[in-house]
Amino acid sequence: MNILEVQGLTLATSQAALVEDVSFTLAPGEMLALVGESGCGKSVTALAIMRLLAPAISRTAGAIRFDGTDLAGLDDEAMRRLRGHRIGMIFQEPMTSLNPVFTIGEQIAEPLRLHLNLSAKQALARAADLLDLVGLPTPTRQLARYPHQLSGGQRQRVMIAAALACEPRLLIADEPTTALDVTVQAQILALIDRLRRQLDMACLLITHDLGVVAEYCDRAAVMYAGRIVETGPAAEVFATPRHRYTAALVRTMPARNPPGERLPAIPGQVPPPGSRGQGCAFQPRCDAPVPRCAERPSLAGAPHAAACWNPAA
Amino acid sequence: MTPLLEARHLTVHYRTPTATLRALEDVSFTLAESEVLGIVGESGCGKSTLGRAVLRLTEPTAGEILFQGQDLRALSGAALRRARREMQIVFQDPFGALNPRHRVATLIGEPLTIHGLPNREQRVAELLDLVGLPPDSGRRYIHEFSGGQRQRIAIARALALSPKLLVADEPVSALDVSIQSQIINLIADLKRRLGLAMLFISHDLSVVRHVSQRIAVMYLGRIVEIGPAAELFDQPAHPYTQALLSAVPQPPGAPRRERILLEGDLPDPTNPPPGCAFAARCRHALPGCSATRPELLRRATPHGPRETACHLYEPA
Repeated sequence: MNILEVQGLTLATSQAALVEDVSFTLAPGEMLALVGESGCGKSVTALAIMRLLAPAISRTAGAIRFDGTDLAGLDDEAMRRLRGHRIGMIFQEPMTSLNPVFTIGEQIAEPLRLHLNLSAKQALARAADLLDLVGLPTPTRQLARYPHQLSGGQRQRVMIAAALACEPRLLIADEPTTALDVTVQAQILALIDRLRRQLDMACLLITHDLGVVAEYCDRAAVMYAGRIVETGPAAEVFATPRHRYTAALVRTMPARNPPGERLPAIPGQVPPPGSRGQGCAFQPRCDAPVPRCAERPSLAGAPHAAACWNPAA
Repeated sequence: MTPLLEARHLTVHYRTPTATLRALEDVSFTLAESEVLGIVGESGCGKSTLGRAVLRLTEPTAGEILFQGQDLRALSGAALRRARREMQIVFQDPFGALNPRHRVATLIGEPLTIHGLPNREQRVAELLDLVGLPPDSGRRYIHEFSGGQRQRIAIARALALSPKLLVADEPVSALDVSIQSQIINLIADLKRRLGLAMLFISHDLSVVRHVSQRIAVMYLGRIVEIGPAAELFDQPAHPYTQALLSAVPQPPGAPRRERILLEGDLPDPTNPPPGCAFAARCRHALPGCSATRPELLRRATPHGPRETACHLYEPA
């Protein structure tokens, strides 16, 4: 059974729709990537799942079911019990997500005391185990330290330890390694990958990095201008992309091109919410549009689906 | 032939009340005219300090910077200003680097005003065209532009004085993938058309590989390996270069390198270890590595002679 089902999710401000008709599922132990560029709606989708949307943004259609329960039906208290307990979260910037005036130990122990009713002593002991799990050296010594005393990679490990404290069924990781160096990124992604297998935890990874997706995720959903335009097994989506946008993204990566040669750039810019048109939103930048693109395509094909009238493969 | 730029034993120390942070230690390299030297390394390795130090935006603590044979550190006042016409910098965040209260034409034309050069309006129009912005952009303000366009404006401003050297410090790191390619292409075009030499500083190895002829890898304030881009990428000699390259997620479909996961963190730059700074994390470390620091020298490696600072290889 799926741990997470998002169906027809539409998110909007009073001005314009940000995310439209987004659907995906996540099974236990599975890692799904939501991939796309700034403003495509990937982060706001994650916030909607946790019901942490800014007041100006509302869910205008669609349903989010976690472990069979419709999250829209839960009251605030029930939702608070889920967050940090059965749904863990990690964000891009560990410094702003950690409280600078509390020690590492206190911050990891907090969800344990809150959700699992552990005593202060039990919670700290468990916090030390968690720091060991995420590979911080001398965990008992780290408990008494403050966030500013740690490096970026160490802070992100602390965030992961706190997110995993209650052994969540679902981990939502929003650009967890974007602020980190590449060798630290490799350590953190290897860690998340190991833990999701070890704990049979589903993982929703939000990223703009196609290389990360191809290496670590089972499935990928590519978003463009608020919609999922292509989805399928990660390796397949990037080896034989079907949507013209995905194909263009893969082609434009420097590592895919001979050094020094002109990169096949995607002309123009992503249209902002409110000016995405009636048809395919990528059509103005597409290198192979057809007349039908004036009409909006829907996702077709399984398990590798694309919303494109003139697919690349 | 005299290189365009030569750094000799360049060193930058920052003093804090309690310690001395050794940001850059004894860095030497040359850059030829129209050459692109990529500088890679992780946060805190000193790559941005290096970029700023060669322009004297950060005063070096020691060492020499020879630009067209002239020691920049010996210059001051008008002579330094004149030399600086020929060397410009582009930063990662164009929004932070450009004044939001000025129109784009003022921003791009400012260097011309400062250096008292004529035909400002005409030159601004040329520059807008050069970086691929519409002619009416000059009348607009920076907030009206997207991130990619802002970087074009910053590049136009840097090129206003027709410099010979451009220091590009993470110029595409803040941009989305599809926009990043547009700017990389622009930089490559400009280099070809204007014969610019560049120090291209980035943490993104695939971008650096794409634009550079030579690459220098930095670790804790020092260059640990330097060489032709293809050689360094295909057969890295220094164990840190090997680990760094192995950590880059490969593009979909590409063959994967064996991943070398590094343990631990960078040593403290206020208290660097006496030997090789990488020794504690190195899988090939020899007993002597943590005691004596290896010099950056031409050394004999299994792939031929390489310029690297590693005791695994004998000086060639």
